[in-house]
Amino acid sequence: MSILAAESANPLLPPVGEIIVGLIAFAVLLFVVVKFVAPRFEQVFQARRSAIEGGIERAEAMQAEAEAALQQYRAQLAEARNEAAQIRDSARAEGQQIIEQLRAQAQEESARIVARGEEQLAASRQQVVAELRGQIGTLAVELAGRVVGESLADDARRSGTVDRFLDELDEMAASNPAGNGGAQPASGAATGSTVYVPEGNR
Amino acid sequence: MTSSAHALGDVLAVESDPGGGFTPPGIGEFYPEVLTSFSVLGVGFEITRITIIAWVATLAMIAFLVATVRKPQIVPGKMQFIGETGYSFIRDGIARDVVGPKGLPFAPFLASLFFFILANNLMAIIPFAQISPMSKFAFPLVLALICWVVYIVVGIKNQGLWPYFRDIMFLPGVPKPMYLLITPLELLQNFIVRPFTLAIRLFANMFAGHMLLVTFALGATYLLSVGNFSAVFGPISALMAIVMTFFELLVIFLQAYVFTMLMGTYLNGSVEAAH
Repeated sequence: MSILAAESANPLLPPVGEIIVGLIAFAVLLFVVVKFVAPRFEQVFQARRSAIEGGIERAEAMQAEAEAALQQYRAQLAEARNEAAQIRDSARAEGQQIIEQLRAQAQEESARIVARGEEQLAASRQQVVAELRGQIGTLAVELAGRVVGESLADDARRSGTVDRFLDELDEMAASNPAGNGGAQPASGAATGSTVYVPEGNR
Repeated sequence: MTSSAHALGDVLAVESDPGGGFTPPGIGEFYPEVLTSFSVLGVGFEITRITIIAWVATLAMIAFLVATVRKPQIVPGKMQFIGETGYSFIRDGIARDVVGPKGLPFAPFLASLFFFILANNLMAIIPFAQISPMSKFAFPLVLALICWVVYIVVGIKNQGLWPYFRDIMFLPGVPKPMYLLITPLELLQNFIVRPFTLAIRLFANMFAGHMLLVTFALGATYLLSVGNFSAVFGPISALMAIVMTFFELLVIFLQAYVFTMLMGTYLNGSVEAAH
């Protein structure tokens, strides 16, 4: 097309050849986009969407897990606290019980010691009485013998005999209580070692 | 902008007396020298630099798109992100939101439309090309005719032959006598005016944009070469050419988007029954 022809050309009346060129150009681009570009982009969008959804799901699962773990820890903590309180309570009760028990034991022990002391005392007294009874018998026989053997007329002698007898009695009385008094503390010391000393006083 | 071009024209008219004068750019701009011509089945093909530019633009866009999806990853790289943003812009912004719930299958077509127009439009400001194939009426016309066929076929497929035409011709809720007036208008609007407005809007924008840029650029070189006081206006004209280039960039994106967007609304009317 010459320049002169171009000057008079109507730009709104395109030649058919140009239309075909444009058609082919667009068709090629359309083909590439429809067959290659768009499917790939859709694929990427799909993959991205599923990746994001998967990520959200994973995050949710993780959060649920963490929540469960927290719940578990809390439960365990509460349980442990409960247990500790129980242990403390039972320990306190047990301690109380032990004190009660020890107190009862100590009382029993002291009662036993007292009873044994009394028993011993009674036994020594019994012994003394028996001993005295025996001696009194012999003494009475001896005295009666002496009274019968010697003249009853002699007042002086008689009184002398009685005096001697009484002196002897006195002597005995003086030596016997001394012997009893010595035996008593000895038994007391012997039982003293078994006296219970409460733990609290240690 | 036109007034400034007009003012420049006045200055040039005054200046056109000495030294042969200024020859304003004309329609010849769009009819460059034929590099080679041949004929297939009686249809003559003339290969000009605009033809080559159209091919370069299309192939560059294909190469770019393929590069962005070559190794698709869930976490996109820089390239993939740019391609994805462009594709999602049309897929979500037009196919899903404008066409409607049934619009996603049209996303590849709409995206192709957008990318094709954008690539060819961008040639208007790419150095050494500096003319958009879209300023040749053949290219927008092809796209508009394809759109025309697509939205009619989709309408008939989705609604059935008769319901589709009936809904267009006889708008529900209109008083019967009014059909005398409205039916011819609707038919004209839907089947004749739509494709032509679609084509002419894009064509005229790119045509005028190119003329504007050429006028300012040629004006600047002419004013600087005149050699008298007019040289003062040379840099102003050059500055205007640069400003208009940025304006052209805006128009490039806007027209690509408007074309796709309008096709989206037409498809919406075809996919869903008219109300």
